[in-house]
Amino acid sequence: MSELLTQPFLISLLFGAVTAGVPLLLAGLGEQISEKAGVLNIGIEGMMLFGAYTGFVAAYYSGSFWMGFLAGGLGGMVVASVVVLLCIRQGLNQIVIGIALTIGAEGLTALLHFFQFSKTYPRLDKAPVLEIPGLASIPVVGPALFSHNIIVYLAVGLVVFLAWLFRASYVGLNLEAAGAKPAALDAAGISVVATRSAAVLSTGFLAGLGGAYLANVGAGLFVPFMTHGAGFIGIVLAMLARGNPVWVLLGAVLFGVSLAMTTALQVAGVNVPTDVVHMLPFAMVMLVLVIFARHSVLPPALGLPYVRGDR
Amino acid sequence: MSVDALPLTPDRTREHIAAVARVAVPILLALAVGGAILLILGKNPFTYYGYVVQRGLLSWGGLQETMTRMAPLLLIAAGLIVAFRAGIWNLGGDGQYLLAAVVTAALAPALIDTLPRGLTLIICMVTSIAVAAAWSLIPALLKARYGINEIITSLMMSFLGTSFANVLVKLFFRDPATTVPQTRSLEVVDRLPRIFGTNVHSGILIALAVVILVHLMMTRTAFGLRLQIVGANPAAAVHAGLKVGWLTVATFALSAGLIGLAGSVEILGVWGTVRADWNPAYGLLVVPLVFLARFNGIAVIGFALFFSVLMIGGESASRRIGVPQDFVLMLVGLLLVFLALVEYLDHLRRKRAGV
Amino acid sequence: MKMDSLPSPLQSGEMTRIETTPNAVGSGAGSKPAPVATVRNICKRFPGVVANDDISLDFNAGEIHVLLGENGAGKSTLIGILAGMQQPDSGDILIDGVRVRLGSPRESLDHGIGTVFQHVLLVPSLTVIENLMLGGSWWQKLARSAALARFRELSDLLGVKLDPDALVGKLSLGEQQQVEIMRALWRGEKILILDEPTSMLTPQGVRDLGDVMRRLRAKGVALILITHKLAEAYELGDRISVLRLGRVVGAILPDERQQMTEQQVTDRVIAMMFGATMPTDAADAELLLGRAEGRRARRLVDRSGAPRLRATQLSTAAERGACPLHDVSFDLWPGEVLGIAGIDGNGQKHLAETLAGQRKAASGTIMLDGHDITAAGVPARRRAGIRYVTDERLGEGTVGTFSVATNLLLKEIGNEPFWRRGMTDWTRIHDHAREKIEHHDIRTPSEKTPIGKLSGGNIQKVLLARELANDAGVVIFNKPTYGLDLQNTRLAHERIVESARHGLGTIVISTDLDELLEVSDRIGVMYQGRLVGIVENGPEVELEIGKLMTGQTLAAGTGS
Repeated sequence: MSELLTQPFLISLLFGAVTAGVPLLLAGLGEQISEKAGVLNIGIEGMMLFGAYTGFVAAYYSGSFWMGFLAGGLGGMVVASVVVLLCIRQGLNQIVIGIALTIGAEGLTALLHFFQFSKTYPRLDKAPVLEIPGLASIPVVGPALFSHNIIVYLAVGLVVFLAWLFRASYVGLNLEAAGAKPAALDAAGISVVATRSAAVLSTGFLAGLGGAYLANVGAGLFVPFMTHGAGFIGIVLAMLARGNPVWVLLGAVLFGVSLAMTTALQVAGVNVPTDVVHMLPFAMVMLVLVIFARHSVLPPALGLPYVRGDR
Repeated sequence: MSVDALPLTPDRTREHIAAVARVAVPILLALAVGGAILLILGKNPFTYYGYVVQRGLLSWGGLQETMTRMAPLLLIAAGLIVAFRAGIWNLGGDGQYLLAAVVTAALAPALIDTLPRGLTLIICMVTSIAVAAAWSLIPALLKARYGINEIITSLMMSFLGTSFANVLVKLFFRDPATTVPQTRSLEVVDRLPRIFGTNVHSGILIALAVVILVHLMMTRTAFGLRLQIVGANPAAAVHAGLKVGWLTVATFALSAGLIGLAGSVEILGVWGTVRADWNPAYGLLVVPLVFLARFNGIAVIGFALFFSVLMIGGESASRRIGVPQDFVLMLVGLLLVFLALVEYLDHLRRKRAGV
Repeated sequence: MKMDSLPSPLQSGEMTRIETTPNAVGSGAGSKPAPVATVRNICKRFPGVVANDDISLDFNAGEIHVLLGENGAGKSTLIGILAGMQQPDSGDILIDGVRVRLGSPRESLDHGIGTVFQHVLLVPSLTVIENLMLGGSWWQKLARSAALARFRELSDLLGVKLDPDALVGKLSLGEQQQVEIMRALWRGEKILILDEPTSMLTPQGVRDLGDVMRRLRAKGVALILITHKLAEAYELGDRISVLRLGRVVGAILPDERQQMTEQQVTDRVIAMMFGATMPTDAADAELLLGRAEGRRARRLVDRSGAPRLRATQLSTAAERGACPLHDVSFDLWPGEVLGIAGIDGNGQKHLAETLAGQRKAASGTIMLDGHDITAAGVPARRRAGIRYVTDERLGEGTVGTFSVATNLLLKEIGNEPFWRRGMTDWTRIHDHAREKIEHHDIRTPSEKTPIGKLSGGNIQKVLLARELANDAGVVIFNKPTYGLDLQNTRLAHERIVESARHGLGTIVISTDLDELLEVSDRIGVMYQGRLVGIVENGPEVELEIGKLMTGQTLAAGTGS
């Protein structure tokens, strides 16, 4: 076991963990916003996938990673806007629409990818890396944690920002009320529909951003179905985090590590089938759920459309 | 709500028309939007849909394939109907299906040497049902005991099951004689018998029988009614003294078992083996089908035929005009959206009419 | 009291109706100040119902204007319109003489109209001050210190003491209501609407609320009090308007009101409420007054024999949102009506559920006719004769989308003769339903109609038909008349008394003390999950019950 703990192994593991964890973090934080506001956003997988596609296309044609991330976020918002229109405004079943969006995004992106890239499979250049001065030169930790794309740091910063937002802002109060007692928010003169719409669109942006990161930074190319359940893991992270963004971060790190294990083990010369490693995060979710079953808390009005005067 | 909640409206013809429209309009809209996308991509949608019908319905070979494909779709649909009627979102179909398939593929070639064919087939099916049901136990117990949202847990178990099925194929049941990792193959002669000299295996008959039985169970038995009460109003179920926890677990197990049977039948009837990374991903695909049929066991047969034609014909049409097969996925997604939308508009219409 | 002894009721009703015609606004130009708010010719229709039919009213500063009427009179719709939750089909709303549109709750708040709704509209997972700050726009900075200043200001105004950082979910209902009043006044204390504010309060809480209202009146707030209780209207109202079937059918003006005794006010109001169609008997009117006490001749309950039901030290496990039971013990004899009083949320729900068998007791025993049934579930207890008429008629009592026929047998599923070896006999089920519909006068288009489409009264009839069928021995009624109109209320009361007369042990849980005083032989009081006392029903027991309801006796008892 000791020969496993070599520098290259650790660096590869930690670096991979961050790379794999960031999309989950973004998805988890996004889903957390929706869930806080009382929307169970099952379509987040579709939002990520569509964001991955639009993000890749924009980055590929513009040559700018920034454009890629922006387009990814916007792509996610496009899918989210369907949720807003159908579920938030019209009160349609959030689960049915969520499944439809995931299936539809899978089909659409695969279709578009087929026509654009299936013969060439273009790749992006390596994503730009921001080395944090000073910290990046620390052995092991430096190359593993402080030499990443700027999105990584922004995502971590987002955790702090959201923690503040939820606690100490009108937005936080309004989100909490929209999920816990929508009628109270309505009576206070704030539109529940508008609050939830904003929440879902934010979710879409973050999920799309996560997808774009997955495609542009993680893989360097777009592959159909590439999110492989990352959005669903985001849902679980949000569910277990009980409204606290810091827990989403911890969960994302944990999942990142287990996902990064394959590559790290290969670096160390140990060959484990990828399937075993793919099972790890899901097995861990189930384990966590079984152990902490009592503690997962969802807002009372989750998944229920709000109709004024319909108590 | 079957027999129980048949609306007794004076204007029956209008209601009939509305019922047909509720189904036809989303389908037509989905096909139209899908066609528009084809058009944008520079393909002729009429050619595409023409090929779909030609292959999936009008050619003898295609029709046989369509019938064959109906078997797993129907069985999965039966499984989902049981769950959805009880208000349980079993979205773990893929994992349940694949695990059952792998278990069948591992068992069948091993048993066929010592046991008669009929017994082998039955043991395979029963074991597969049991395995799939067992795989649904964790989400079922978490929901029954702690009220944990089964959407999430069943999805997680599905991802887990899909990967686990691959691990089983690659590490435990791998046929050493093949280069591509797959299980030992069940000889064609040992598979489910074909129907009257066609290529359609008898799985379709099993599926039809199961769907009708499920329909009868839902409409004509105390158990079915209890399930539906749990689905329609869990608080009322507690109030009436129903064992909600037990019913939840039973529903989950039954639902997963039927989906497992689908996987088993597909292996015993069509493939004879499971290749690594094989995943037809029917789990979510059948969801819109079941919604189209409004959870009705009889209506589901027609829609399964429609979906089969779309899939079989779509495979051929995709090849012929150069569109990926995933186009069908997008159609299904669109269908689901339009279905919900039309349902909602219909709801508004009824409300305005004060029905 | 006989109706024909009233002093010319019809005439006075007619006269007052003239007073409320639209041009009341103009009349303010004289010595009287102009009203703060006026509604003119408000009409609002729902499918099949005219909820508000040409309603015109004035609301003045420094005046408590009572809107009186029974369920369905259109009070809530009018409040919804003033609060911006609903829009009228036609008619005008004037604030300070200016026509306004109240298109959303926000616009109402901006015009200084604050509303305290019948159901608590606070976020339990937020603190008091956070709930009060709720409603700020996202671009604004959270102004906590300004909010605290306003909070103190309003605390002084209302004369209440609250911890701004307490979680609202942990406050008592009375305290939550104080928070609601603060929120309603948060953006200016111009108009305050209180919708049935006393239904959840103890007698003491009602007195406190009255004090708060008078303070606000003294500060020049225009108060609108919605109630169906006449005593309250007399106690607090300066001006009383009576609504019936969506119309204003009469009013008592402040000048008149000052010169009238309670009896006179009462008589006038009753005359207005029933107009040409006088109540079929005086009981209806008395129900409305909330002082029907002593009407029923007390039967003597024979408590010499063995009790039918004995609960010994029942406790339940705490669960989110509901108060658990602590050591509840009581006996119930055949033919007895035991009323259970208490403020909502003091363990009544758990008590009913535990007795019915749908909730497990954590400890303690329940004996029925000497047999221990603690471990039995709902079906076994039902067979043994325990029946539960739940207060959540659509929430848990029935499945709204299922037919009346199925709902009539909801607790018999799988039993002979409607099911044989698990197979359903729909013909028999529908025959059975038609019989029950006929016998219990359930108004439904057909036995196959989804029960959710019936009125509350008819759903209650289905529940009564189901629970009182075949060999009932003990019946638990939870808020049996909640949300029912007079006729159905009377019907439910008759059923309760009748079931007791037939020798059934009957438990009536209600938050309406008047109702319990009318039907009960003894009244037990629940406070924080304990049964803190059982008193024999009789004159002047309200005071004692009121004390028990707030735990005063308990505190004194444990203190000494």
